[in-house]
Amino acid sequence: MRDDNGLRTSASIAGIGLALGGAAFGAFLLNRRKGGSDDAPAYTRKSPPGEHAAIGRTVTIRKPRAELYTYWRDFNNLPKFMENLEAIRSHGETSTWVIKAPGGTTVDVVTKVTDDCENERIAWASTDQSDIATSGRVEFADAPGDRGTRVSLIMSYDPPGGAAGRALAKLFLREPEVQARHDLKRFKALMETGEITTSAHRKDQTREAKQQENG
Amino acid sequence: MKALTWHGTHDVRIDTVDDPEIINSRDAIIKITSTAICGSDLHLYDGVIPGVMPGDVLGHEFMGEVVEIGKDSTLKKGQRVVVPFTISCGGCFHCNIKQYSACENSNPAEKQDMSATLYGHPMAGLFGYSHLTGGYSGGQAEYVRVPYSDVGPIVVPDHLEDDKVLFLSDILPTGWMGAENAEIQPDDTVAVWGCGPVGLFAIQSAIVMGASKVIAIDHYPNRLKLAEQMGAETIDFRKTNVREALMEMSGGIGVDAVIDAVGMEAHGFAIDNMLDIAKQKVGIGADRAKALKQAILAVRPGGRVSIPGVYGGMTDKFPLGALMEKGLQVRSGQTHVQRYTKDLLEKIEDGTLDTTFMISHRLPLEDAPRGYKCFREEQNEWTKVVLKPDMETAR
Ligand SMILES: NC(=O)c1ccc[n+]([C@@H]2O[C@H](COP(=O)([O-])OP(=O)(O)OC[C@H]3O[C@@H](n4cnc5c(N)ncnc54)[C@H](O)[C@@H]3O)[C@@H](O)[C@H]2O)c1
Ligand SMILES: [Zn+2]
Ligand SMILES: [Zn+2]
Repeated sequence: MRDDNGLRTSASIAGIGLALGGAAFGAFLLNRRKGGSDDAPAYTRKSPPGEHAAIGRTVTIRKPRAELYTYWRDFNNLPKFMENLEAIRSHGETSTWVIKAPGGTTVDVVTKVTDDCENERIAWASTDQSDIATSGRVEFADAPGDRGTRVSLIMSYDPPGGAAGRALAKLFLREPEVQARHDLKRFKALMETGEITTSAHRKDQTREAKQQENG
Repeated sequence: MKALTWHGTHDVRIDTVDDPEIINSRDAIIKITSTAICGSDLHLYDGVIPGVMPGDVLGHEFMGEVVEIGKDSTLKKGQRVVVPFTISCGGCFHCNIKQYSACENSNPAEKQDMSATLYGHPMAGLFGYSHLTGGYSGGQAEYVRVPYSDVGPIVVPDHLEDDKVLFLSDILPTGWMGAENAEIQPDDTVAVWGCGPVGLFAIQSAIVMGASKVIAIDHYPNRLKLAEQMGAETIDFRKTNVREALMEMSGGIGVDAVIDAVGMEAHGFAIDNMLDIAKQKVGIGADRAKALKQAILAVRPGGRVSIPGVYGGMTDKFPLGALMEKGLQVRSGQTHVQRYTKDLLEKIEDGTLDTTFMISHRLPLEDAPRGYKCFREEQNEWTKVVLKPDMETAR
């Protein structure tokens, strides 16, 4: 699977290579399963544990497609709702994503946009200069009636060593699936309410404040 | 500040905790003037709702004075407001169709997984009601942080004292929605299980909505008396065969609609209920649904089943066959409080609804632990407890 799709792993974090699927693989995952009698997105397929893990999640956001696309396309906005993203530095064609890692360290990922269709989709993938390999893709489609926009975040990764590798990955990076889900929910909250929901009682108890501390 | 905190089953205390702060721009800080103990709080007190952590501040029925506002709050300092127990963002799909208690944004993203796993969808945020519903600090305290303060709180006029409007926060709209979900028609006979505050408001609402007869079921004489005061006929389930009585009192047709205002801790000494109590105790999440099961058997074919009573898990031996074969309609849910507050405030103001008749005790906040104990153990006399943080100074 990995070879076929040109994914690469990296062993830079304590021997763990966590490969998130390339754009081509993402496109493959996104394709609905044609034929047979199942129109569900491929990433909802029941697959045996240990095989490649595909992450996909859709939310409906009550905002116009263009507004959501524009906000996401400015990568400087991503750290506002992506939990593990500390900062983004843009430099022309590429941008460096500073990702939080255990023990207060960070990992640099140099990404470039691999697909960009205005108001429809954005895909990105890490380049060779990165510490780890990663890629992601976000899709924007009109929801029926006045329901707004359906936003899907699709990523895939091919954990080394199957389930064991995934468990290790979970230890070192936070479980990517959970993280992607939370990131997307936070994006929704930010777009629909103008703020990121918190049940904290005081400022120093917010998620952001705690992260600074742990960071 | 002082606040009522949960420490374990039947262990709640008054602790000193940090004052809340404005965090987001739509927040407000409310100085509590009145806050009540709810039947729902008893489920937390009894330890049958998962996800409560030691130190959590309880309380979801409260009102007070706006003392601080974020820059996007529409409230003004000094206003008196009642705050709905359901937290709603006002911007999501569910808020837009007025299903406020299903708000998609008010439970923080990282807290949604537990309820999503349990129920298939995450729950909305609620004040002081476990980490399943966000882990928000509640209002049995001197101050509370209210998120999305431009959506929930309703400003109340000064000439209406606290006790008259406080229940707009929960039990009044809950009783009202319980009756609305029963889709009451003019000639209907409606039966209500439970004459706690929710049941009593459901009875009053059903009568206002034009039911020809409302039958109230409980076993506490004093609570049954309050139901009678509101215009209901009564059944004491300790003394009477409830289903047989309901058939007779509805002319052999069966009651048209039933309202379960009891919830997951129904009383009863039949063997199945005792088994359910045992299972609940060992934490395998069996809800005691005695009243609901009885209601489903009692309602007429084609009738309506409304469930404002709270359930958290699974229940055994549910009369699914009766539900299907009789073609029943079932409606339930945490109350969409924001949908009702404005109309109900008018009904309080013009005297259509009496909102103070059930208050049996008014205590200073410091006495809240005693309030919990008595509201649970002496239900006959303790029908509704209102806590007043300022009580000592006010006296
Ligand atoms: N849906 C909502 O949004 C919402 C809001 C508030 C409260 N509630 C729920 O409503 C329920 C009632 O709340 P409350 O404050 O009135 O509680 P409460 O505990 O004061 O009243 C419950 C009453 O039910 C009676 N009862 C117990 N078993 C019975 C049985 N088998 N048959 C008939 N009556 C029986 C009790 O004697 C008691 O009087 C609780 O489950 C509470 O959690 C739901
Ligand atoms: Zn309540
Ligand atoms: Zn909402």
